[in-house]
Parts: sequence; structure tokens; C-alpha cells
Amino acid sequence: MSIASVTATRQAPVSAILPARGGMLGALSDLFWRRPRFLLALMLLPPLLWLGIVYIGSLFALLLQSFFSIDEFSGLINREFTLKTYAELLQAANFDIIVRTVVMAALVTLASIVIAFPIAYYAARYAQGRWKALFYLAVMLPLWSSYLVKVYAWKLILAKEGILTWLLAKLHLLWLLDGWLALPYVGGNSLSVSATGTFIAFVYVWLPFMILPMQAALERVPGNLVEASSDLGASPGQTFRNVLFPLALPGIVAGSIFTFSLTLGDYIVPQIIGTSRLFIGQAVYSQQGTAGNIPLAAAFAVVPIVIMGFYLWGAKRMGAFDAL
Amino acid sequence: MRSDRSQSAPLGLKIAATCGLLFLHLPILLIFIYAFTTEEKSYQWPPPGLTTQWLAVTWNRPDVWEALSLSVRVAAISTLVALVLGTLCAAAVSRSRFFGRETVSLLVILPIALPGIITGIALRSAFSLTDIPFSFWTIVLGHATFCVVVVYNNAVARFRRTSGSLIEASYDLGADGFQTFRYVVLPNIATALLAGGMLAFALSFDEVIVTTFTAGQQQTLPIWMLEELIRPRQRPVTNVVAMVVVLVTLLPILLAYYLTRDGDQVAGSGK
Repeated sequence: MSIASVTATRQAPVSAILPARGGMLGALSDLFWRRPRFLLALMLLPPLLWLGIVYIGSLFALLLQSFFSIDEFSGLINREFTLKTYAELLQAANFDIIVRTVVMAALVTLASIVIAFPIAYYAARYAQGRWKALFYLAVMLPLWSSYLVKVYAWKLILAKEGILTWLLAKLHLLWLLDGWLALPYVGGNSLSVSATGTFIAFVYVWLPFMILPMQAALERVPGNLVEASSDLGASPGQTFRNVLFPLALPGIVAGSIFTFSLTLGDYIVPQIIGTSRLFIGQAVYSQQGTAGNIPLAAAFAVVPIVIMGFYLWGAKRMGAFDAL
Repeated sequence: MRSDRSQSAPLGLKIAATCGLLFLHLPILLIFIYAFTTEEKSYQWPPPGLTTQWLAVTWNRPDVWEALSLSVRVAAISTLVALVLGTLCAAAVSRSRFFGRETVSLLVILPIALPGIITGIALRSAFSLTDIPFSFWTIVLGHATFCVVVVYNNAVARFRRTSGSLIEASYDLGADGFQTFRYVVLPNIATALLAGGMLAFALSFDEVIVTTFTAGQQQTLPIWMLEELIRPRQRPVTNVVAMVVVLVTLLPILLAYYLTRDGDQVAGSGK
């Protein structure tokens, strides 16, 4: 008896190469195993098709529209390549909108950094166990709770008859509020129709987006660095400036990407709480809606994309993406 | 000598952190009080009286129910689409290295990294260029696009923690690709998918900026609220709806947190 026939009678479980599976699913499964690249391509195809067509296609459509122009007499869109629409952005009225939005976004980002830092630092360095989880939830819940409700809450707070005025009256500080409201640019009839109100609502809505990456960056700063700094005689202020802040910077920049970008594109907050002076988002919305000037709306929308492009480029150079 | 890590925080830091957290939470709590105020015309504080009548009034408003039902349907379908696309993408990106891998993850994150108004106006100009009429499906199209990223984030984090040798062991024991997926991969990533799905649902349920550009005449609940904020009809009803929205979005988020809390704190990072 030959060796081959012995193994054959044992139905060959010893063979390293299994027979092909039967059925279509089996064949498919074998194909995936033999050609992992094919499986990879098959897995990537649906999401890439969706995002590529729906999203990138739309962005491209937007870019295309921004090079069209609108016929001033008929109001029809003239589908010929022109830079006229972009030139319109530089007109005083439109350029003001861009400057106002960028200044607001910068101020909101700065304020978010200042308010977020103590929370992030406490959560990263001192909170432990249950407290840490609680801190995390305390940041997560406002982040995820309804955006409109949050804006609405500030409308209630800042209203003339609202809780803030009531509180200041109890504290005999109404003169402070009135003095502030009398100032140009930041003031107005009441806080809910002033630029200050817009600013507060923006900071409130985007603050959690700053806290989370900042905390992630601070978690990575070893506690003994801070101790070493004070052992070597640095005051808490010096430790903050020379040790903590530079190490937390990538996280801060990562957070600022969110606060800056979200403020640039928002049109709900200034519409509900604020003056009649427009922001980029509102300009986009009203140009495409009531004015029907889609080319100008598209050109306005390209502005935040370009600004964020530069911002992201700078952030990447500072290593902010590792902190996300 | 190594000093004790659990030393208590400086007083100033404690106060600043507490104030920051109060700033984050008090405004939302205020919504709950306003839902029961008897004042109809203004936002007067303190409320002149408390009543539960507005709950009943809201309950009997057909427009609120219609908006709610549309929101739930849109969120459910968008979540399903996002679950399929996000999981596929996460599996592809985390299981292998290939050319353009970074680009794929950038592409997934882009719809949420760029301001919502850009996604909105981009979709609208694409619809207008291709003459697609606004409908239920145009809303879903927009929502699913930015929901992919939350499913993707959760799934990628879980795949990273799941050892590849489990899958190899399954193959070695004679399971085919589909059996491996059904009995090995799926149980491992199930809770991450559930968490991602809930967050996607919450995200879609709450979305307003993109929706204003893709909705046409239909009203989702956030659009209904926005309409009420700009042109108030019955303020107490808006207050009640605001309270309900807070409660409805709270539950999936807490659940998502409990499903993913051991190890990866990814549930909501990067909305």
C-alpha cells in the first residue's frame, strides 16, 4: 500500500490546502481570502462613491457656481466663466461682512481658550475615577444637546425682561449693563440684540469643542514636569507660560480649528441673537434665498473654505492634528 | 522624591473650573423652568407662576407631531446609511494600509470639519444644477453625509483595539469570510456601532443648518423651532418642545457613553 492511498482513505484532513468551498458564498469568501485587495476595494467603493459624488461633487458644483454671474436686469444666472462675482466680494458692504465675521471668530476662539483652560486642566490633572467620568459627561452633554435649544436658552437669558437683567438689578449693577449697551459696536437696545449677545452665544455653543482636544493635550503633559518647574523655583505663572502652555498648544490649536471654523460658517446664532449687521453665513443664506443670487452666495461660501484652508495648513505645521 | 499626584487643586483653579461648568449647564436647566411658566408674551424672569397646561397644548398640536415624525424618519434612515458606509470605511482603513488611506479619512471628516453652511449651499447648488427637486430624500442625502463620520470614528477606535489575530484564528479554524464577520467581527464591534448609530441619530435629529438648504417646504423639528424663534407664534409651546428635544437627545448620548466608556473615550469626540 502506498502512502498516498493511506492518506486518501483517511479523507485527507492533514492536507494544508483545503478544497474550494462549495456554493456562491463560499466561492466569494475564497476569492476575498485570496485577493484581499479586491475585498478592500469592495469595502471602500460604497463610502467613496457616496462621499465622492454627493459631497465632493456638491463642493465642485459650488465652486463652479461661484465663477458664474447674475444678470442684473433679468436676474437670470449667466453660465459663463467670470471673476466678476469675486470682485463683488471686495465691495465695501460685502468686505465688511467678511471682516466682521473673521474678527468675531477670532474673539470667540480667544474667549473659549480662556474659559476652557481651567476646566480642561482640572479634568486632566486633578479629576480621578468617578470625577473624571463626571467631568467628561459634563462636557459631552452640552456638546451634544440640541444646538437650537442652546441658542434659545441664551435668548431667554439675555432678553430685556430675562434672568440676567433681573440678576444685575438684584446686585445693583444695572448701571454697568446700561453703560455697556450704550457703547458703539458692542451695544444695542438689549443684550439679545447686540453684538455682545452674539459673542456670548457663540462662546457658549462652541466651548465644549475647545475643552475636549485641550484636555486630551493636557493629559499627555506629565505631572512631574510641572513639579520639576516649581522645584526649580518657577512661580505658577512662569510654569504656565514656559511649560504648560507650550505643551498644551497643539490641543489649543486643534480646538481653535473647531471654534474658528464653526463661527465662520454659522448663520443661526447672529440671526436669533444679534444686530441686523450680517455675518458670512447670513450673507450666503440671504443671497441664495431671497436675493436668488446663487453665484454671489457661492463666492461668499468659498471665503471660509479658503480661510480654513490656510488655518488648517498652519495648524498642521504646529502638529495640532496629533491632538485631535 | 515623587510627590503625590492626588494633591488637591489650587483654589483659583477650582473656582474657575466650577464657574466654567456652571456656564455650560445653567442655561440648559433654565429651559426646564421656562417650559412651565404661565407667562405667554415675553421671556419674563422670574416666572409669574408655574403650570403644566402647555404640555397638553403641545401634545394636541398636529404641526409639532408632523415635524417630530419627519425628524425621526430622516434620522432613522440617515443613521442606517451612515452605519453601513461608516463601518465599511472604518474596516477598510483600519485593516490594511493602502495608497490614499489618509485621503479617505480626510474625506470622511471633511463634511463635519467644514462649516455646515458650506455643506448646505454645496448640496443646494448641486441640486439646482442637476434639477433634483427637494424631497424627503434630499434631506436624508445631506444628513447621511455628515453622519458617516461619527460611526466611522467609533468603529475605527474599536477596530484598533480588536486584535487581528482573532480573525486569523477564525480562518484557521475553518470559518469562511462571512462566518468570521458574523461570529467574530460583528460581536466585537457591535457596541461601538450601536454607540455610533445613536450619536448619528442625535446628530441628524438636531441638525438645522444643512437641513434649511435641502428641505424645501418640509419641516423637521429643528426647522420648526427655528421658524418659531424667528417668527414666534406661541412661545410656551416652543418652550415645551425645547425641553422635549433636550430630553430626547440626552438619552442616546448617555447610552452611547455607557456603551463605549471602557477604554476608548471616543463616543463623542469630534462631533
